[in-house]
Parts: sequence; structure tokens; C-alpha cells
Amino acid sequence: MHQLAQRVQDTFPVGFVSSTEWRGDVSVTVTREKVHEVAQFLHDDPGMDFDYIVHVSSVDWPDDEERFEVVWEFYSIRKRQRIRLKARVPEPDCIVDSLTDIWKGADFMEREVYDMMGIRFRNHPDLRRILMPDDYTEGYPLRKDFPLRGKGWRDTFDFLDEVPR
Amino acid sequence: MAFEDQRTTVYKVDPEHPESESLPTLRTEELLLNMGPQHPSTHGVLKVILELEGERLVKSTPVLGFLHRGVEKLAEDGTYHQFIPHTDRLDYVCAMYNNFAYCRAVEKLLNLQVPERAEYLRTIVAEVQRIIGHQFWLGTQALDIGAMTVFFYCFRDREILLDWFDELCGARLTTSWYRIGGVERDFTPSLLDKLKKFLDYFPPKIDEYIIFLETNRIWVARTKGVAVISAEDAVSFGLSGPTLRGSGVDYDLRKYEPYSAYPKCEFSVPVGKNGDTYDRYWIRVMELYESVKIIRQCLEQMQEGPIMADVPSVTLPPKERVFTNLESMIQQFKLFSQGFNAPAGEIYCGTEAHKGELGFHIVSTGGGKPYRLKIRAPSFIHMGAFDYMSRGYMIADAITLFGTYDIVMGECDR
Repeated sequence: MHQLAQRVQDTFPVGFVSSTEWRGDVSVTVTREKVHEVAQFLHDDPGMDFDYIVHVSSVDWPDDEERFEVVWEFYSIRKRQRIRLKARVPEPDCIVDSLTDIWKGADFMEREVYDMMGIRFRNHPDLRRILMPDDYTEGYPLRKDFPLRGKGWRDTFDFLDEVPR
Repeated sequence: MAFEDQRTTVYKVDPEHPESESLPTLRTEELLLNMGPQHPSTHGVLKVILELEGERLVKSTPVLGFLHRGVEKLAEDGTYHQFIPHTDRLDYVCAMYNNFAYCRAVEKLLNLQVPERAEYLRTIVAEVQRIIGHQFWLGTQALDIGAMTVFFYCFRDREILLDWFDELCGARLTTSWYRIGGVERDFTPSLLDKLKKFLDYFPPKIDEYIIFLETNRIWVARTKGVAVISAEDAVSFGLSGPTLRGSGVDYDLRKYEPYSAYPKCEFSVPVGKNGDTYDRYWIRVMELYESVKIIRQCLEQMQEGPIMADVPSVTLPPKERVFTNLESMIQQFKLFSQGFNAPAGEIYCGTEAHKGELGFHIVSTGGGKPYRLKIRAPSFIHMGAFDYMSRGYMIADAITLFGTYDIVMGECDR
């Protein structure tokens, strides 16, 4: 096990689920109740020192019991190390703690995850859709059960068949 | 009342003032102003709702998504090779670097080694693209805040490089020249010749740009001390590229996680001090010199060799063999229609594009298509800091802010 993952496991024996290292990327999965605590530890601990948030992403695994996976990627500019934090979220209650109080940049990134995958973030200051329109009602486009061509909302638009001259 | 006071405080009648009865009551209220989506300085279709107190920005809310095309969803539907042209349309003024970042990510997923000559070709073209991007930025940013001359000079020199791209791959903007495992074609002697000529021609022109801007008092007044962000805040917001380096953080993936031919070249990373628009301008101009240096070194060091990794199950056969050899044609057809079998796994790969860190997070479950592809677009993340950075500045400085991030909405909205 990579030493970063080992330290997370030693500090959080309860919340730690698993860790992988593949192609040089270290990734740690924790339970979603512990996400905020682990993130705070990654940010504050001098040995970790992850001051830079790279991105927040989400993956949909429709066949799994806990359907969604939220992925955070952190970088430490001083220590030049990288870590990926993951947490699983079940579909009926897809909510996870927001990290906007630790990294300010998490604001827009979490809004994008909410917009695209429908995962809500607890204590987020302004959780609204960001890329899709505010009145968009078809659901969350990046979920696997969302068809590539949409659900027909665009067909309801009024178009002129021919430009009147 | 002094002129300075009027600029910094909002005029309100003090109710405790002994003469307040006789003073006329002034009604003050905040003004909501929609800026965009059709505004020339927003470089595309970006709307910002500005809350104003007089001419001061109190709060600004970016409204994104006018150019959202669902690129991440489209990626899940096509093979890895088929996604390369989509990356051109992310940051459409700098397509080469998007191709580069994407191909690097897929190569990391496949654990594919790129031949040395291809690495040099990639670095050269990426740096040419960086020059184009910075020229474009320099011209339009100055144009937005009223300095018109430098725009024409930048675009004149940019045109030379776009024609060079045209000769290299047949397209000026949507290039798709990079391939997974290498590049599409090698430089011809004419291309090399033109590039060398440009490298001699260009550095005096950079001096010219500098003279145009730095002797312009209005331009200097509108960039110095405008849109200041401290290093701590910039890091916390996840800013990258010149926008972060302007605040004094030397975060550059070309140095931090060296890739391609960058570790073999000597170059420096300019870092600012004040974190204002002027410092970010200065960094971009200095990077023009550095890019010229990198290209020169690459051209010197480059040796003859293959330009594509030889892994038939993944990389495309050379074009001339496709037209003459049946097996190669079948190989090309299968790679484009079915794709290659990527191993199951998850990677993140960031590349220092000229705007900032352009990253691709790919989740693969095996098979020819990515299961999930997330694009870390610097423009989108920079827009996240817009509200914070704009507070307290004048309404005209909002335009400087769009300029200072170097946003392109194709990348921001994806």
C-alpha cells in the first residue's frame, strides 16, 4: 500500500474502505460519512498538505448497490504529490458533504457534479444547475440511463420550417 | 467632496446629520445588470449577472452553459480514437494542446511509450500552439480594454503560424494532428524551413508588442492592480497556468511532472509577484520568449526516427501503408470502428496547456470506449473565482477580468 493511503488508513480506521495504486495514481475510498473529515485531514496535515483541488468528478455504476461514486482529486503544490479520494453514494439518498469550506474552488466543481449526475452536496452555499438551463426537467444527463440523444425535450421547441421572406 | 471619496464610497444621506431634514432624500438601490450572453468581450456566449452599487461590483453571478454540447456524454459513445476531433472543439483557438492532453491521458491509461522523435514533434507543435494562444490572448485582451493596435500586430504574426498548421495537417484551427501513440505525420523540409524562419522573425516582434502596450498609459492603468488575487486564494480556487503563476506560485506541470521532451529542454517558468492583471500579462509575454527557446532546443536535439509507437493493437498504421496494403487497411478500419481494448482502470492526467492545467480523468472498464471521461477545463475553474475576484472593482474591470483568465467558452461549457 502506498504510504499516503497507509496514513489515511491509520488515521481513519473506521471510515477507510479500500485503496488502489495504478499507473502511479494513488486512490483512497472512504465511507461518505467520513469524507469531510478525511478531506480536512488531507488539507491540514503537514505530511499531506493537499492545498490544491484539481477536480471533482462522478461515476455512475447502475448495477451496484451504492450507485454513484464521487471522485475528488487533490494535489499538493509544496510536496508535489497527488491523491484521489472516492466515496460511494446510494441512489435513494444521494447526498455527500460539500468541501467548499476547505477549498473554495470546490464550489463550481460540485455544482457541475450536481448538474450532471444529480448528487447533492450538504452545506453547499449555492447548489444550482450550472451547465444545463435552470428549467431543465429531463434529469441528469451523465447518468447511464440517460439516452445520448436526450429524452425528447428538444423536440418540443418551436422551430420555423422555413425562414419567411 | 474629494474626487477620491466619491469613487470609493456610496453617497448616502446620513439620518443623524443635523441638517438631514432639509436634505433631499436620495433613493439608493442596487442595480442588477445582465452582461452577455451577446457581448463582444465575453469571447463567446457567457452571461454574468452583475449586482452594482453605483459603478462598483457588489456581486457577480456567472451563468454558464450556453455552449454546452455534452462532450463528456459523447465521449462515452465513441471509441478513444473517435474522441480526438471532439477535443479540438473544447478550446477551439488552441486545438493542438487539447489533442495533446487527451492523447497523453489515453497513453497513460494504456501505458504506451511514444517514440522519441514523436515526443519532440509533439513538444514543438505544442509550443507553437502556446505562442498562438498567447498571441490571441494578448491581442483580444488589449482590444477589449481599448488598445486596438496590438491586436492587428498579434493577429498578423498568428496568421503565419496558422498557415503553418494548415500546411502541417490541413486545418488552421481544428487540427486533430496528434494520435494516440504518436503524431499523424512528420515535418516536411518546407515546414522546418518556415518554422526556423519564424523563430528568427518572431522575438523582435514580441518586443514590439511590449512597446505598444507598456507605453500606453491607459492600458497600464487598467491592468496594474486590477483583479488581484493572493497566492493562497488562487491555490484554494484551483486556478492554474499564468492565472496562478501571476500570484507567485510556480506551479507548472511542465516542470512539476515533466512530460514529453520538456525535461530535455532548458527553460524557465516566469512567476509574478502582485497577482494582478499586469503580472499575468507579463508572464504570458515572457512565455512567448520561453516557447521560442524550447522550440529551438527541440529542433536542435531532434533525431530521425519513427513518429508512431509500433503497437498494432492500438496505434494506427502509417497512412501510405493503409492505401497500399490490405492488412494495414483492415487494421485502420478496425481501430476506428471498434477501437482497441483498453485495460480496466482509472487515471487522471494533467497537461499544462497555455490557459492552465487541462486534465482528463478517464474511467475504463475494458473495451473500446471510455466508461466515463471527465475534462478538467481550466476556463471553467477560473470562472469559479470570478465573483470573488470581481468584488469591489468598477464595472469596466469586469471586462479586464474576462480577459485576464483567457477564457474560451467552448472549453468552459464543454
